[in-house]
Amino acid sequence: MSPLVQELVIAIVKVLVLIGVLLGVFSGMTYIERRVLAFMQFRLGPNRTGPFGLLQPVADGIKLFFKEEVIPKGANAWVFVAAPAVSILAAFLAIAVVPWGGTLTLPGFLPAWLADRRIDLQLANLDVGVLYLFAVTSLGVYGIVMAGWAANNKYTLIGGLRSSAQMFSYELALGLSFVTLIMGAGSFRIGDIVASQAGGFWRWNIWPWEQGFAFLFYIVAQTAEVNRTPFDLPEAETELVAGFHTEYSSMRFALLQMAEYVNMITASAVGASLFFGGWLSPFPGVLDSGFYGLFGVMWFVLKVAGFLFFFIWLRGTVPRFRYDQLMSFGWKVLVPLATINIMLVAACTLWWNAK
Amino acid sequence: MTPETLDAVVFYFFAALALVSAVGVVAQRNPIYSAFSLIVTMCSLSAIFGLFGSPFIAALQVVVYAGAIMVLFLFVLMLLNVKTDEPHEGRGLRAVAVVLAVVLVAQVGSVLAGAGLRLAGSFDAGTRQVARVLFEPRFAYAFEATSVLILAALVGAVLLAKKDL
Repeated sequence: MSPLVQELVIAIVKVLVLIGVLLGVFSGMTYIERRVLAFMQFRLGPNRTGPFGLLQPVADGIKLFFKEEVIPKGANAWVFVAAPAVSILAAFLAIAVVPWGGTLTLPGFLPAWLADRRIDLQLANLDVGVLYLFAVTSLGVYGIVMAGWAANNKYTLIGGLRSSAQMFSYELALGLSFVTLIMGAGSFRIGDIVASQAGGFWRWNIWPWEQGFAFLFYIVAQTAEVNRTPFDLPEAETELVAGFHTEYSSMRFALLQMAEYVNMITASAVGASLFFGGWLSPFPGVLDSGFYGLFGVMWFVLKVAGFLFFFIWLRGTVPRFRYDQLMSFGWKVLVPLATINIMLVAACTLWWNAK
Repeated sequence: MTPETLDAVVFYFFAALALVSAVGVVAQRNPIYSAFSLIVTMCSLSAIFGLFGSPFIAALQVVVYAGAIMVLFLFVLMLLNVKTDEPHEGRGLRAVAVVLAVVLVAQVGSVLAGAGLRLAGSFDAGTRQVARVLFEPRFAYAFEATSVLILAALVGAVLLAKKDL
């Protein structure tokens, strides 16, 4: 097997594992969100299907599978069918640059070309990792715009346009929050940003003496990007029927929901990498590497789970923004503050380097 | 399958995609489909930039063009509900168009033929190189002046669009 084919096989296996994990986590998330939200609202949530309601995602999947697929009359059929595909494409593409562990060392009992091989647990260690993330998030807006427009329904059109306006307004704040991270790490690669947080809990990017203010902007901007409460007006039931996915049924609706949840998982994974030290252990030297490098994966999973819980917690706690409040907050508050943050961090970096 | 052949295959694929979608921009009757074709063109161009060894410009192409400018194009098209173009009349106009197109092709072709084109090897246009060129004294002034120009356009657009400030 030539080295090129070996690399190709390893890459394909990584892709398949990632897709499988993402789909599994998505279905788990639908159940966990309902349960956790219910407990926060002092009720029980789904607990009838299977023990503790654990088979609820299976039941949901079966239900959605057997529903009738409707394409509304007068709708643009091509765009209507393509929109969920574009959404899910952008959602899955973004996960390619996230490092979900350090380096995996394969055990020795595998065939010769695999034994003791070190595999980078990141699909693509791009030179412009953070910028690529930004680019793919921008492409995700198209799925929503297309979904809203293609259904030949003025409410979905308004919902789609509102959602995309919200998304690219907060993309600005998101990009501006990334700039300080790039300045701090000196590189666009997410692996380098993770490595710049080495040295334990007190060196993670979440603290104010590292890049803490960027974290505040990041969390607000990502919540708006993923259309989660308090920024989920595009899906608000009381406002716009169901927003841009009103006319979608069965598997296409499932695809749109999948795109939203996978976006949320990606946002959590990116946040964990950029601000919480990625796959690094909070106690340097304890449970750091060893065991074939799987401890890194464990820490990363824990951090992503914490982030996801935070998103659900936010949904159960905070009321929704009105649309004009949302837009004015994004443009008039977040963008100026993020710009000031960049100037401050740049000044500090220059002063620190001149010493 | 050497890296060179893989390079060539990927390049020709994206170049063909860019050409086809560019023709689609002009040839489509539904303006929304034209906008989608333009998005595909932008993404193909971004892929070609990536092939040339400048991932920075590739990502920027997607972020700026496909991610921001085309979204706003689509906004306007969708809100204004621009209908499918009906074929216009005027056979005389079509003859004039053909003549002008032939003249344009002849001019461009003569310029290209006399330019002595060679295949570009891959060059290193990563982030550092682009930043160095942008901020060196030769181009720094133009760069900053362009940002002021864009700010002026922004203010003008807001002024034109708002009824009462």
